[in-house]
Amino acid sequence: MMMDRISTVSRTAAHKRKAARPVLKMEYVTVISVILVLLCWEYFGRQINPIFASYPSAIALAFWKLLKSGALVKAFLESIQPLAAGYFLAVAVGVPLGLLIGRYRIVEAAINIYVVAGYSTPLVAIMPLFLLWFGLGFAVKVAIIFTLTVFPIIINTSDGVKQVPKALIEVGKAFVASQQGIMRKIIIPATIPYIMTGLRLGIGKAIIAMIIAEFFSSISGLGGIIINAGNSFQTANMFVPVVILMLMGVGLTRLVGWVERKIAPWQQGQIAREE
Amino acid sequence: MEKSRPKVEVRHLCKHFSAAVGGKEQRTVALDNVSFSVNEGEIIALAGMSGCGKTTTLRIIMGLEQATSGTVEINGKAVEGPGFDRGMVFQHAGLLPWRTALENVEFGLEIKKIPAKQRREIARHYLDLVGLGDFANHRPHQLSGGMQQRVGIARALAIDPEVLLMDEPFGALDAQTREALQDELLRIHEKTKKTIIFVTHDLDEAVLLADKVVVMFPRPGRIHEIVDIHIPHPRNDAIAIRGSEEFTRKRYHIWKLLKMSNAMSDERMLTEV
Repeated sequence: MMMDRISTVSRTAAHKRKAARPVLKMEYVTVISVILVLLCWEYFGRQINPIFASYPSAIALAFWKLLKSGALVKAFLESIQPLAAGYFLAVAVGVPLGLLIGRYRIVEAAINIYVVAGYSTPLVAIMPLFLLWFGLGFAVKVAIIFTLTVFPIIINTSDGVKQVPKALIEVGKAFVASQQGIMRKIIIPATIPYIMTGLRLGIGKAIIAMIIAEFFSSISGLGGIIINAGNSFQTANMFVPVVILMLMGVGLTRLVGWVERKIAPWQQGQIAREE
Repeated sequence: MEKSRPKVEVRHLCKHFSAAVGGKEQRTVALDNVSFSVNEGEIIALAGMSGCGKTTTLRIIMGLEQATSGTVEINGKAVEGPGFDRGMVFQHAGLLPWRTALENVEFGLEIKKIPAKQRREIARHYLDLVGLGDFANHRPHQLSGGMQQRVGIARALAIDPEVLLMDEPFGALDAQTREALQDELLRIHEKTKKTIIFVTHDLDEAVLLADKVVVMFPRPGRIHEIVDIHIPHPRNDAIAIRGSEEFTRKRYHIWKLLKMSNAMSDERMLTEV
């Protein structure tokens, strides 16, 4: 017991030390990196014809103008609505389906072939069909975003379920848990890190899908600004939505990471990373 | 003590596996006619070298595996699958990493549908019993191997089973921690008077803890001899017990049996080749 206790105490101490490590230091590195890249871009961007490229200060100015005119807010809202609808639909369908495929061989045998096919096919190829089916409005955008996002979520979830140690499932069985109980109390919590990875990858996919949808259906939203600005050689204007998309991607991905740390904090203690 | 009916009755267990080896269907007899009984409050060790079927026997008693033939009865009731009358302690503790120690102990109670408040109280009680009252909110990765196994024991005890089943519970621990936990188990047994069946390949552990050691031989897995250990309870002085004549005598006797088992299987392997 003595030995037991001592080793744990030192372990917990090591744990605390790690947690107390200045996390901000890493944030500084990121900030400095971004500033350096922006400075380089500004310097070299100014030496190129503004039709072919742009630079941060010009983009910032274009941003301000678009914002003041109200066009940017309108486009953003137009984009974000199908994005949210398609993404949440993909999560609502993808996670349960992934759980079932991972857990039951028979479901995997019946469905997985479509998942693999759907994931590996460039879905842009069936865009024309989607336009026929869903028209040019909100529905087609949601459908495209859903279709591109749902597969990585299914695949990550089902892979996660397959990684759940057999020993943990046996614990459930030994304590008389039902199939449903094993799913709820063991498989889902054990799979959360994988589900979260799927959700993170899904965000990138969903944003790509949103822009594709806006390019191919009714020209609207942030994608619409890109197309219109590009066609009229207003390169700085074109970059505004691109930068917004980048920020959205980074922000949403971080949000998912934050949610993951909140609901699966036990993961943190098991990861070893170099400074 | 009334001994009218044994707590656990294992009758004529046989278990066959079929596996394709080199394209040929090969039948392995994992268990051949294994029978023994356990009285209320007894501690039984299933001992033997690997492949003797000791873990398979335990898993069949738990209901995690099915016997090809034969029966297991707890209090005269046939086992048909896992049940709350048996509590299982796993080799590597098998704690759920996302749960705290306390929540892990509550696991079986949740499935048993005990109300939350009562559940918490029971879990605390058993966590205290295994000496981890101060670690209720630690997650498994913050606990040492020995402490994890204590939580595993508390989890199994919390559902108040008739029989505690342990699958090489201390096998993965270092020698010092193992000895501490052996003492701990004897102490817990003293307090709860649970019937315990445990699997071990550690001779000392078998003789120190058990009232009966079921010595099993491999190929096919079978019982060679059931050795009674006449060391009175409470066994709270491990040092004195290890020095006692009964301990040394029985330890030597079982050691010889296992040595024989080893030699036999070596010989058989040679003749098979």
